[in-house]
This record gives sequence, structure tokens and C-alpha cells, in this order.
Amino acid sequence: MDLLVKNGRVLDPQRKLDSPADILDILIRDGKIRSIGKELTADVPQFDAGGFIVAPGFFDIHVHLREPGTEEAETIATGGAAAVAGGYVAVAAMPNTRPSNDGPSITAYIIAEARRSSPALVFPIGAISKEQKGETLAEIGEMVEAGIVAISDDGKPVMDARLFRRALEYAQLFDLPVIQHCEDLNLSKGGVMHEGAFSARLGLKGIPSSAEDTMVSRDLILAEATGGKYHVAHLSTRRAVEMVRKAKAEGAKVTAEVTPHHFTLTDAAVAEYDTNAKMNPPLRSQDDVDAVREGIADGTIDAIASDHAPHHINLKMLEFDRAPFGITGLETAVGLAFTQLQLSLPRLIEMLSLNPQRIMRVTPWGIFEGSDAHLTILDPSRRWKFDVNKSKSKSRNSPFHGWDLSGKAVATIVGGKLVYEDRK
Amino acid sequence: MKRKDLLGIQDLDRQEIIDILDTAENLQEISTRPIKKVPTLRGKTVINLFFEASTRTRTSFEIAGKRLSADVVNVTASTSSVSKGETLIDTARTLDAMAADCVVIRHGSSGAPHTIARLTKARVVNAGDGAHEHPTQALLDALTIRQRKGRLDGLKVAIIGDITHSRVARSNAHLLTKLGSHVWLCSPPTLMPVGACDLVTTNREFLHRTHSMEEALSGADVIMMLRVQFERMDESFFPSTREYFRCYGLTRSKVERAQEDAIIMHPGPMNRGVEIATDVADGPYSVILDQVSAGVAVRMAILFLMLGGQS
Repeated sequence: MDLLVKNGRVLDPQRKLDSPADILDILIRDGKIRSIGKELTADVPQFDAGGFIVAPGFFDIHVHLREPGTEEAETIATGGAAAVAGGYVAVAAMPNTRPSNDGPSITAYIIAEARRSSPALVFPIGAISKEQKGETLAEIGEMVEAGIVAISDDGKPVMDARLFRRALEYAQLFDLPVIQHCEDLNLSKGGVMHEGAFSARLGLKGIPSSAEDTMVSRDLILAEATGGKYHVAHLSTRRAVEMVRKAKAEGAKVTAEVTPHHFTLTDAAVAEYDTNAKMNPPLRSQDDVDAVREGIADGTIDAIASDHAPHHINLKMLEFDRAPFGITGLETAVGLAFTQLQLSLPRLIEMLSLNPQRIMRVTPWGIFEGSDAHLTILDPSRRWKFDVNKSKSKSRNSPFHGWDLSGKAVATIVGGKLVYEDRK
Repeated sequence: MKRKDLLGIQDLDRQEIIDILDTAENLQEISTRPIKKVPTLRGKTVINLFFEASTRTRTSFEIAGKRLSADVVNVTASTSSVSKGETLIDTARTLDAMAADCVVIRHGSSGAPHTIARLTKARVVNAGDGAHEHPTQALLDALTIRQRKGRLDGLKVAIIGDITHSRVARSNAHLLTKLGSHVWLCSPPTLMPVGACDLVTTNREFLHRTHSMEEALSGADVIMMLRVQFERMDESFFPSTREYFRCYGLTRSKVERAQEDAIIMHPGPMNRGVEIATDVADGPYSVILDQVSAGVAVRMAILFLMLGGQS
């Protein structure tokens, strides 16, 4: 695909492109960046990025695309459409499909289906254990051959410390990050929201912070002992942030992500028993929100990931304690990051693109000659209202419907192709 | 009543509570007449929608409605289409389409009445939702206490037992602290919810917590024993009922720590020999049956205020 992106403020901190004076054109030929410079001309379609930021394409490393198996909630095609509408050029898909992505055939299916139907790139994450049962290792090497970028049992955390140790060891053969959803399932059993004042008042069974903290603690010890690459999914508690901070200071190979809802909302959002405020890890206390924001500010937390978890409305219409965990997030993550966090643009781009690429060890893209032309075009001052009914996702389970946000991805370019555009 | 629904005591202010109690007191006399019926709510339809087994609360609402001449229909989960997989929301909409004026709902899930209330034109009364609230129980408890003690402010009320799973404890904590009683929540450490100190949002200094039954009982004017809710327990909270009774069961010797004229309450149904000794439950200070009759009056008051008119 050919495209000439004109007059954008080009911003790629890794390439020392971080000055407001960097108003440049980007010429894309055959899906790759051919040249970057002033007043480029070419006989190709043009995209006027005047007044916008042109950044390395954003990468959401934690999404649930539900295909195969739960296509009534989302498909690779609709999830991909939601991704590019949110400014993402790429997503990493968690393995909790039906069946689980625990072998090369499912991995291959996801990759083939993504090529066929998704406007966004899709990098599958393989299961750690067969059927995510936490008993025996899945065919990790076979899945690496097929194209996975990481392993995780996601919502079914590996409770067996010995198996998790083996996973951290074995994954080193492929230099693969091991992602854990940190939750001690015994401590959290039956819980439906954060354990605290609100759960006490609402009469809902709590998920204590200790369920996350003890798992992070155990895993950090195992990561250190094995030398494995350990990535903490959706950090949500103060202690977990502190432990990751300390481990990093000691040189551990650990990375961490946070979701927009965990830096935006507290457990107070559950007050009216809104099932769109039900997710796992649960919305925590204000102190925890403060802590994850500190973790974002000081670099303890590497990446923002949405944990996009679509559910069919029939399930979210159930009683609070019976409804499934999770909310959609692909289309609100960037807006919430802009609106909620007072981050510099370079840091924002680091958390939404550069660090996610590093964590997942994908072939890097950015604003340099020869790079795949994956670009996110931003209007940091665009005021907009999120309307869940216009979402590209198949599902509607967002607590951010009607929220006023400022800052938005206004165009998404994947492999030189303009796959999403939202001009005023 | 200005508000559409009665979902919890937490939402009510002091004056609303007093209005309900005063109305209940006025209506109590009806139940003593030879013909226990007034035409006030003739033509109104009240649906008792019970997703959880209940004898006393359902019967109490039914009698309350009938004494006011409302048409009362009982729907229990076992006979409704809920068992066929219908969602709560569809059930609510169906009943609404039948032009019910009031839906009294009991449900095992906290917040279920709130979901129904949002979707129905009918007024919704929470008759107990999960471990959240049981507002009419707290109102009948308050009426019982007020009639026995002549007041609520300044009293020491010990609420003892399985606090974690108790909607009765929560509603009473809200109501009694709003009306100036000192509430002492007392339970084993395993049955006190994390966050209990922040349970009430107003008059927080009136809420106290202890694991010592002696401390809770000392000088208490009211002793409210809670049922140990075995059916909601999926883990080990205490070693045995024998040990529970030893530590937290109300016996005659423990009652002696309270005020001489202390009253003993229990929302029922009781586990005799677990949280309360039989001789105490049936003893002279027990007002457990007064609670039951106050329950009818309070529920008449709620239905009257919601469907009838002015207090």
C-alpha cells in the first residue's frame, strides 16, 4: 500500500523525534516507510495530518477476541475493527477462546482469520497449560512456530507454583514472556468485587487485594529464581505496584501493564450494582488507583492495555453476582489515557506503542525508514463523547458510555493502509 | 412516600424512617379489630416475588396487603418461569406489563431489587436481597424497640453473630445509627466483613465493632442475635457449632451483662443451640414474637405510604 502522510507532527521518542518542530511528511511504499522529510511529493494517495500527531502505531497487548467459540460476543473481525477505531494497529489476543489457544492449530486459525478479516494486526498469545487447566504445559514450541508472541493462562491463573516455575523456565527457550493474571483463586473464591467498604455496604462477596498481592509476590520470586521473563497483567493494587517497583530496582526481568479502568474508576462505581463495573481484577479503592497512577508516572508500569473483554448483553443483564467479569475497552483506552493521565506525549506513546512492542518482542515498528507503516494519528485536543451504541465491537458492556473525553486517535494506518479515519 | 421504591435503609433519611414508624404505629390497631380489614388499598395489586424461600416475610407482606384490601399475588421462584431460565429482567417486565402497583421482591443476589426497580413502573419493595439489605426487617425491629424502650436515641444495641452474611445487620446498622442508637456489631473475626467500619455513611461514630461478646453485651439495652447462615457459607468460618455456641451463643449467664431490662431480639428463623439458647429465646426478655406482629404493621405502613396516600 502506498500513502503520503503530510504535515503531521511526527513523534517517535525512540527515534529522537520528539520536538514540536518535527512537522514532517512520511512516504509509504508497499506498506513500509520509504522516506521521512519535509515537503515530500509522490503520485500516491495523500493523508493530510496537519495539526495532528503522527505516532508509531499503538499496540494493545491484552484483548479478548472471543473467536473461536464465543462469536456472539466478538469476532476477530469485529474486535479488529474496534481496535483500529480506538487507534490500535495491533492487538495481542488472549488464549481463553473455545477451545483454548493451547496448540498450533488454534494459533494458526486465529492468524489466518485475522489476515482475512481484521483491519488490525493480531498477535496470538498461547496458553501456558493444556486447556488452561493449570496441569500440564501446552505445546508452547509448536505454538511459537505457528506465531504466538507470549504465553498466559489469563483468567485462569496458574495456581500450581511448580507448573508456573516450569513455564518460566521452558519459555526461555523461545525468549517468550510469561503473562500472569495475578489472583490466588482460593482467596478470591466467590468474590465479585473489591473487598472493602463498598463490598461491605453492598453485601457483595469481596475479592481481597491479597489475592493479587500474594500471587505477584510468589511469581516475582519464581521469576527471579528461574530468570524467566515475567509480565504482570492488569496491575490493580498498591502492594502489587510496590512489589513490581522493588523487583525492577533489583534488576528482575519483569514488566507490567495497567488497564484504563484501573486508573480511572474505583469500587464506588459498583454502587448501583452496574454489571459494567464488574471486572477481574475488580475496580479497587482510591488508594489503589493513586498507586497505579504513581506506578505509571515513575515507570514501574510499562504499558497500558485495555483487557477488552466483550460479553453478550444477555449475560451482562444478569444479577450482579451472576454476570460475567469484564468490559470492552479498545475504543476508550486512548481517550481515557489522554483524559485521565497527565502524561507527556512521548511517555504516552511509550506506554501505548513502544513498550508493548518490546514486551511482546515483535519486529519493531516506528517512524523510521524501512519500518512497517503502522501509524496512529492523534488529535490530543479533540473533545468527544463515547457512544457505546456506535461501538465497532459486537458487545456493549462499557461503563464509559456517555463519557466526555479529550484526546482521540483520528486515524489508524496499518501496513500503509488507512483503516480508520474520524475527521470532524 | 416521595421515593418510588424502598430498596434499602441506607437511602432513607431520619425523618422518612420516623414517618414510617409513626404510620405503622397508627395502623397497628387495625390488626386488633374483630374484622381486621380496611378498604384503603382496594383495587391495588401487590405482587410478592420471592426468589428465596421465606415463610415469615412473605406471609407478613401478604397479610399486610390483605388487611389494607390490596390484591396480593404470591409468586415463588419454584413455580415461576425463572426456573425455566427466564432472566430477572424479563420476569420484572412481565409483571410490570400486568400493571402491578407494587412488587415486593426477595432475591438471593444483592442488588436484584435495584435492577428490577430501574426497569419497572411498579414500585419495588426490597424484602431482602442477598447480604445487602432487609429494610422492612430493620423498620420492624426499630418499631419493636421504640415501643418497648420508648425511644431509640442513646440506646446500646448489640447485634451479634454472622455479620458478614446478614442483610438484617446491615439494615439495622443504617437505621439505628441514623436514629441515634449506639450499634455494636459483634462477631467472630471471620464473620465481620472487611470494611465494616465504613458500613454506614452518616453518624459513623454511632457504629462500633468488637469480637468480644462481653464488650457488646455490657450495659446493652437491646440484644439482637443473628442467625448463622450456614446456607451461604462455602468455607470454614468457625470450627464447629458447638464451639460457636460456646463463644457467641446467647445464654442466660451472658444476658446478665446487659441492662436488667434488656430485650432480646432475633429476626428468625432461629438456630436454637447455635446462636441462642432455648431458655433465652423463650424467656421473659425475648420480644421475638413482638417483632413478628410489628412486621405486619410496618409492612402495612410501607404499602399504605407507597400506594395509598399521605401519612
